[in-house]
Amino acid sequence: MKYIDEYRDGRLAKDIARQIAALADPGRSYHFMEFCGGHTHAISRYGLEDLLPANVRMIHGPGCPVCVLPIGRIDAAIALAMRPEITLCTYGDLMRVPGSNGSSLLKAKAAGADIRMVYSTLDALRIAEAELEREVVFFAIGFETTTPPTALALKAAIAKGLGNFSIFCNHVLTPAAIQNILESPDVRKLGTIKIDGFVGPAHVSTVIGTEPYEFFAGEFQKPVVVAGFEPLDVIQAILMLVRQVNDGRHEVENQYIRAVTALGNEKAQAEVANFFELRESFEWRGLGEVPYGALRLRPQYVAYDAEKRFSMVTPAAKDNPACACGAILRGVRRPTDCKLFGTVCTPDTPMGSCMVSSEGACAAHWTYGRFRERARQVDVGRAVA
Amino acid sequence: MCLAIPVQVKEVLPDHMAKVTLDGVSKIVSTALVDDVRPGDYLVLHVGYALAKIDPEEAERTLALIREAAAMGDAA
Repeated sequence: MKYIDEYRDGRLAKDIARQIAALADPGRSYHFMEFCGGHTHAISRYGLEDLLPANVRMIHGPGCPVCVLPIGRIDAAIALAMRPEITLCTYGDLMRVPGSNGSSLLKAKAAGADIRMVYSTLDALRIAEAELEREVVFFAIGFETTTPPTALALKAAIAKGLGNFSIFCNHVLTPAAIQNILESPDVRKLGTIKIDGFVGPAHVSTVIGTEPYEFFAGEFQKPVVVAGFEPLDVIQAILMLVRQVNDGRHEVENQYIRAVTALGNEKAQAEVANFFELRESFEWRGLGEVPYGALRLRPQYVAYDAEKRFSMVTPAAKDNPACACGAILRGVRRPTDCKLFGTVCTPDTPMGSCMVSSEGACAAHWTYGRFRERARQVDVGRAVA
Repeated sequence: MCLAIPVQVKEVLPDHMAKVTLDGVSKIVSTALVDDVRPGDYLVLHVGYALAKIDPEEAERTLALIREAAAMGDAA
């Protein structure tokens, strides 16, 4: 598969890892946060951590939109979907995210709610066009990659005069969240971790470009390398970060030059700006209230805003107190530090959001990481014997 | 959720749509966010929409840099 397989060459990855080991100063440690769940998944799936020297460590950040959606928004969506006139359309990842008291969209669907999994906003539009007697609500979620498709769906609905289509908007913004990790008051509560640099999400940057990170790199003096999601992309980005740290630089570098530019996709940005505006504050699971960390529909599109149109309320809802998703999303704790991990909380019975999405830190560790750990324990056991 | 995949354009369709393939699997997608889409182009596809074009020269340049870094690691 072109533009995929050539970036998965294990031999090259090992050679780059040797270069990282040669460059990493043995007298110091390097802690890099990969912000995007896609990177977390790639790192776990391809065992990249095993290739890195012991003093270069990856910290899994909060970059999975499903994982950071607060439980109250799921409860609000379930309450809406239970109304007889509503058809709720959503991406598959959201179906099993736990709401309050063990609820989920999947369970609500089983209980009779009209909830449909869609691959694209184009599918949601088709449903609205075909079933004019239904109120079709698209449960919109995601970072900057999924926002332009939501904007275009709204544009098409307006152009077609579809009065039965609306959006429950939960779109969130990447740069705001990265900033929040470093400076929110919760850092004091949950503790802090050393971060020497960030691996930035390439697909987000196909839309927003690399420029939004310039302020961030300068302000916090942390290097950012925007990187693709194949294993060679990620390991090359780690090498670029090690070089920056060694040189005392804190710049924004672009590893994904094959599709990312400094300014990004200006057409997509214009479509988003036409329909959305910043929310002053939005709750992120694990990060608390993030100032200017999310989007809502502009007031002129109130007729298409499901929150207003159906007077939706977002109940205050608390996560299971034993669930460590909050600290895990911040990189303060690791999945195995959570007492629910692998006991009551597994991908089949997720308690927290980090276990729901395959891009969540816990799901990635459950699927790939725990086998590596077991193999390591066996090796150590053999060495002792 | 935010992961996109590279696909190749097989046919440009009306209304900013295109038929694309990934490893033999065909799909109709929206190209409303990308200009000048032509058959043979590679696109970054996410939830049914193309977000960017893949620049073949820059892709080759990335691979060259990766091979260069790997060669240095090999020597290390």
